Amino acid sequence: MIQIKNLHKSYKMGSSSLHVLKGINFNVEEGELVAIMGSSGSGKSTLLNILGMLDSADDGEYILDQVPIKDLNETKAAKYRNKFLGFVFQSFNLINYKSALENVSLPLYYQRIPRKERQQLALEYLEKVGLKDWATHLPSELSGGQKQRVAIARALASRPKVLLADEPTGALDSKTSYEVMDLIQKINEEGKTILVVTHERDIAHMCKRIVQLKDGVIIEDKKVDQVLASAHV
Amino acid sequence: MFNRDRWREIFETMGKNKLRTFLSGFTVALGIFIFIILFGLGNGLKNTFQEFFLDDASNAIFLYPGRTSMPYKGFKANRRIEFKNEDLEDIRQNFAMLTEFVTPRISRSALTRYKNESNTYTTRAVAPGHQMVEKTILMKGRYINERDIKEKTKNAVIGRLVVKDLFKTEDPLGKYINVGSTAFKVVGVFQDDGGDREERYIYIPFTTRQLLEKSNDKVDQIIVTFPKELGHTGAIALETSLKKYFKDKKSIDPRDPNGIYFQNLTDDLKQSQQFAVVLQLIVSFVGLGTLIAGIIGISNIMVFVVKERTKELGIRKALGATPKSVIQMILQESVLITAISGYVGLFLGIVVLKNIGLKLEEYFIKDPYIDLGTALTATLVLILFGAIAGYIPAKRASSIKPIVALRDE
Repeated sequence: MIQIKNLHKSYKMGSSSLHVLKGINFNVEEGELVAIMGSSGSGKSTLLNILGMLDSADDGEYILDQVPIKDLNETKAAKYRNKFLGFVFQSFNLINYKSALENVSLPLYYQRIPRKERQQLALEYLEKVGLKDWATHLPSELSGGQKQRVAIARALASRPKVLLADEPTGALDSKTSYEVMDLIQKINEEGKTILVVTHERDIAHMCKRIVQLKDGVIIEDKKVDQVLASAHV
Repeated sequence: MFNRDRWREIFETMGKNKLRTFLSGFTVALGIFIFIILFGLGNGLKNTFQEFFLDDASNAIFLYPGRTSMPYKGFKANRRIEFKNEDLEDIRQNFAMLTEFVTPRISRSALTRYKNESNTYTTRAVAPGHQMVEKTILMKGRYINERDIKEKTKNAVIGRLVVKDLFKTEDPLGKYINVGSTAFKVVGVFQDDGGDREERYIYIPFTTRQLLEKSNDKVDQIIVTFPKELGHTGAIALETSLKKYFKDKKSIDPRDPNGIYFQNLTDDLKQSQQFAVVLQLIVSFVGLGTLIAGIIGISNIMVFVVKERTKELGIRKALGATPKSVIQMILQESVLITAISGYVGLFLGIVVLKNIGLKLEEYFIKDPYIDLGTALTATLVLILFGAIAGYIPAKRASSIKPIVALRDE
């Protein structure tokens, strides 16, 4: 599903430049649930942003579902993002004046799906994350866990190939974190490829594979025995 | 542009951000409203000015006979010059291309009576063309016509205030008034923007006046009007050639400043027009200033709006919005708001202008108005600049990488 070869990225900081990613190589198969771990400054968020086409690499190869991702202009990147990827952010990033239902149907709007169908689909995904009854509520009327579930529903609504989650539990208490991880595990069980960036060990162990990043290189890449989140709930 | 779904998205956004929508709309509406009021009041000031100074026709030359001050061709100095009917005819024939109307004016004062009411009025014995010179406006009946001149009829056209003085509420048409010792039939009633004095004149055929004065053919003054296309220079040239023609005809030394006097209204006109131009400039300047203030206002609001929405735009981009669709959304929203509120401001401005119109006459502002063309242009300019003002920050916002927009504070 994802093939990455020799990925480099550096940021200009005034006169000096900061080499963040120093040759990353790894592949992700369809249906995997991968945790990308590392302390802050290890380059894990940069890697996720490049995977999410929110940022571009300086050097290296990135192939997503057999499509080489390079030299993207903004318009093309937007289309690929919409088609291939679903995002879940630490701070949810819901649009605060739109209801849960409208937030979930927004990626479908950019896929030019007719309004009726869009709302129908959005409602299905809300039901999937257990928030059907909250469809008309604004984000400000939802709890943190509920917001993240709406965000997950929104990420799934466009039926992406890969779900990218950047510290999805970073803003949540541990009980809510496990609920969200339980949901992510269930979605993964249905066959969705998911990448989770985290620095929490217990969250990482709820994935099937852990990629450890340090100073811009992968220092460890191992399969783990998945801890089921539902056991903690 | 006509994508129904996109419009719905915009309406939803506007409806859910009421304060923002209201503030941007308010700026535009206020801008247009003030523009219309100020521009309208400026026009009112111009109207007052025109009423004061531009009442009479400006395309006229007045000829007054006088006394010579130099001997010439065997004539002594201090000779009295007189105009005669043939002079009128000569002007008509020799200056046919350069003149519109040629009319004499013989003014006499006489006690005028109707039944028990009487008063002293000035009668002006004139030809039909005189109506154009004074811009006399007929309220009832008709003016002196060619038949009156030819048949020397005893018909009179009287001013509105003469009617008020003598007839009170009675209909004067067809009634007879005594002007001095002669009875005249009233055939018309006029009004004049030149003020009360002008509305107390009585007009009669000049041939009738001559008949009453022992059948002479003397004319006091001659008034010549010329086509407006002649312009200022043409009018001066016409005056010069009329001067030359009459000095030659009446045997007056070409260097003699007296003998015949000329008054060319085009000189007054030029001055008045210059003043009017200055007024117009002031009005335009005020209008332009207001418009610029409005443009700055809407620009500020647009910059603020885009800034406020940076995060939202980042989210939209992460979810698949193309830069183009982001710009389009912001522009369409801003144009819609400015168009609607611009129209509201336009409407309110015109309504207020209409209602205050009558109350301001004592402040030298008469009939304030704004022509719809100017008002619409101003509105369109504001919409256009609102769009440009929205486009620049929207363009910048659309090219921000979503990762930057989404970065947690």
